[in-house]
Amino acid sequence: MAIEIVQPSVGLSKIAVSQTHGENSPYFSGWKAYDENPYHEIDNPSGVIQMGLAENQVSFDLLEEYLETNLESANWGQKVSGFRENALFQDYHGLQSFRKAMASFMEQVRGGKAKFNPDRVVLTAGATAANELLTFILADPGDALMVPTPYYPGFDRDLRWRTGVQIVPIHCDSSNGFQITPEALEAAYDHATSMNIKVKGVLITNPSNPLGATVQRKVLEELLEFVTRKNIHLVSDEIYSGSAFCADEFVSIAEVLESRNYKDAERCHIVYSLSKDLGLPGFRIGTVYSYNDQVVTTARRMSSFTLISSQTQFLLASMLSDTDFTQKYIKINRERLKKRYEMIINGLQKAGIECLKGNAGLFCWMNLSPYLEEPTIKSELAIWNTIMHEVRLNISPGSSCHCSEPGWFRVCFANMSEARYASLVSAMIINIIKFSIFLAIIF
Amino acid sequence: MAITKNNSHNMLSKIATNDGHGENSPYFDGWKAYDANPFHLQHNPEGVIQMGLAENQLSFDLIEEWVKRNPNASICTPQGALDFKETAIFQDYHGLPEFRTAIANFMSQVRGNRVKFDPNRIVMSGGATGAHETLAFCLANPGEAFLVPTPYYPAFDRDLRWRTGVELLPVVCESSNSFKITKEALETAYEKATIAKIKVKGLLITNPSNPLGTFLNGETLKDIVNFINEKNIHLVCDEIYAGTVTNGDEFVSIAEVMKEVPNCKYDLIHLVYSLSKDMGFPGFRVGIVYSYNNNVVNIARKMSSFGLVSTQTQRMLASMLSDTKFIENFLSESRVRLAHRHDMFTRGLAQVGIGCLESKAGLFFWMDLRKFLKQPTFESEMTFWRIIINEIKLNISPGQSFHCSEPGWFRVCFANMDDETTMIALWRIKMFVRKNRNLEINTRRQFLHNNQHMRLSSRRLDDILTPHRMSPHSPLASPLVRAQN
Repeated sequence: MAIEIVQPSVGLSKIAVSQTHGENSPYFSGWKAYDENPYHEIDNPSGVIQMGLAENQVSFDLLEEYLETNLESANWGQKVSGFRENALFQDYHGLQSFRKAMASFMEQVRGGKAKFNPDRVVLTAGATAANELLTFILADPGDALMVPTPYYPGFDRDLRWRTGVQIVPIHCDSSNGFQITPEALEAAYDHATSMNIKVKGVLITNPSNPLGATVQRKVLEELLEFVTRKNIHLVSDEIYSGSAFCADEFVSIAEVLESRNYKDAERCHIVYSLSKDLGLPGFRIGTVYSYNDQVVTTARRMSSFTLISSQTQFLLASMLSDTDFTQKYIKINRERLKKRYEMIINGLQKAGIECLKGNAGLFCWMNLSPYLEEPTIKSELAIWNTIMHEVRLNISPGSSCHCSEPGWFRVCFANMSEARYASLVSAMIINIIKFSIFLAIIF
Repeated sequence: MAITKNNSHNMLSKIATNDGHGENSPYFDGWKAYDANPFHLQHNPEGVIQMGLAENQLSFDLIEEWVKRNPNASICTPQGALDFKETAIFQDYHGLPEFRTAIANFMSQVRGNRVKFDPNRIVMSGGATGAHETLAFCLANPGEAFLVPTPYYPAFDRDLRWRTGVELLPVVCESSNSFKITKEALETAYEKATIAKIKVKGLLITNPSNPLGTFLNGETLKDIVNFINEKNIHLVCDEIYAGTVTNGDEFVSIAEVMKEVPNCKYDLIHLVYSLSKDMGFPGFRVGIVYSYNNNVVNIARKMSSFGLVSTQTQRMLASMLSDTKFIENFLSESRVRLAHRHDMFTRGLAQVGIGCLESKAGLFFWMDLRKFLKQPTFESEMTFWRIIINEIKLNISPGQSFHCSEPGWFRVCFANMDDETTMIALWRIKMFVRKNRNLEINTRRQFLHNNQHMRLSSRRLDDILTPHRMSPHSPLASPLVRAQN
């Protein structure tokens, strides 16, 4: 049955009729173009190659291998009678074994450089829910969170839609690799103040989406100093922490706090999820980790609206508490991501295209600003359209990430299996070179 | 790790620091008492028996048998593991098509196939809890209100109001007519709101009712549909207990009634459903928003990003629920067992002169203890409830936590325990009643003239004679702590 969107009828809420769900952004129209004409090396070689979805499919073989050898314990233990207890378990504290395993996994991802207390792990159905939940807790409608640009397009919905909270951008630019500066922080804060908007916190993504780069330790310390001085919160979305190519290059806010003996920690909160590092977005596994007791308690209560299926908690508790497996997985996953990154960067360089120097994530941040007719969003979207329809690549335009400089694009490289990656990159490079030639003809 | 506890009260939002989470209600005090001293047949036979949790535990053997016979339903078996990757990466908020189809068919089966449901209108949510909140976000603005017949499920106060800012206004129902929802009560509630300048956006009914255990007949449902059509407000029907009706054929769903009301405005009607009660799967967080309004379907679906069902669970349930033969057998057997358990209690209670509202659905019954109250006040109800918790050691839920307009009623859950515990619970009540025959009649006279009798339990005397403060907040933050892992 086709469901048509009709004129909003009398009787829905303002939230319902607003556009803040964000789905009219180019970020999503690219996906639609892909859905309608998906690339397949044999069946549809002229289709659109999906490079707009930040998924991690590089290490599924490791997960499958794990399952093969551990099926019984993953499946309600040895007895089917475990089913009943599992099906009844709805405690919003979550399975203790799962929280422990999650805390331990988060420690491993940080190479043991920070400790996590299972009692501070609050479970939510995905990071989407975690970010919204934290926003409800930290800010009132009309208040604002400061977010460095460019940022993940989904934040526009997650942080603002139902909460009524605003996003005030912290402008970052290519002059210093888009790193957050104290000046940019102050400027954003002052801008909000001048508009009579109360800033309640800063939300960063580390490693960054869409930059594909980790936030430097020095910047984290400056951030902490800033939020403490302004007496506001700091939320660190570390969803890509396990995707840093070199473990040493990722510094978590948790490490910085631990090294300061947790001074000012009560204003810090971490969001995590298994959707990227483990490649399990369908299972809806997110967490809020807060150093603030009241936030933990309140978040836990709110998680009633978005609990993780106990069946999935059980499976992941089993998987993540196998530390031999997780150590191996984390290490190999990093190596593979690094290889993919290098392959795509080299390929793009051959086509004369530069990217931001990245060291994490499932994507690279590509610079096509030299090819813009004018340094405007309009030009950027014009190129994006061409790339979509002529070059047949779905990549994400920087403007959908609120980048202050036009011409940058996010290119995902981890959402296809190992077997297909090499051929896909070749196809992509060939298309781009054709496109460069095409562009060269224009200019 | 030492983290200084701070008073960051002023640093958090109003939502975070208000009482909207609802956990300070007496509804949860009983759970805290249970948590502190939980009954166990072998290890703690003197503990508090949990009768405050509406769970359905009577038919798991049937489910377990099915799970054993169908290893491919789980992605953690050799048969199912091949689908692991595909399942794990699927995050489309439309949900697995086979899941939506299975749910639509299941909802139909629960209603004796008298009505069909469209899989394209099935929207997921984080349990019925998430479904209710989502609908409130979609249908009402902060400060606007939903009408809700009393008594109602306590957590509606949180689900519909906490983060949404929406209000709940009672439609008062009374024991004089078995708590039925009348046209007069609806009109009165609506008028009251109008006078108070509160905009009513909808009416929320739970059918079958929690806590009453009764369900609405076709006529009442039609009256309700006519009411909301006339006022042009939404109707949200929570049919979470639809599968617990003893005689399934007697249950009338809003989905059936809609067709029979002339000029029914379909755009105003929305259903909430879940597998937590009918199937006994609260842990799997399967909530469903089913709306006849296309815009609401679309928007609720976008909002479902905040509370999707794990694809692992979607896949397993798609398999289980589409086994129509199994489901048919399960539903019929489950109904029989629930009815049997319900009768065990109500007959046992009748033997000692305790009456209950006549009901043929739900996982609980609505017990009439009015004659035990010293005075027909809520304070007396609370006092007596403390005796029930502390002396009889049963956690049942006092009517005031359901916003019941009359004191003396209690909800008793019966489906979350085995047969032995059932017998013990019944025995405890009977013993208490027999020992305290005089408590029913004019306790005041007894206090003045029969001190000796009262010395038998000075604590109880204190309870009855002195105003009682609420028990201190339990160190256990959650009323829902169950399994120890």
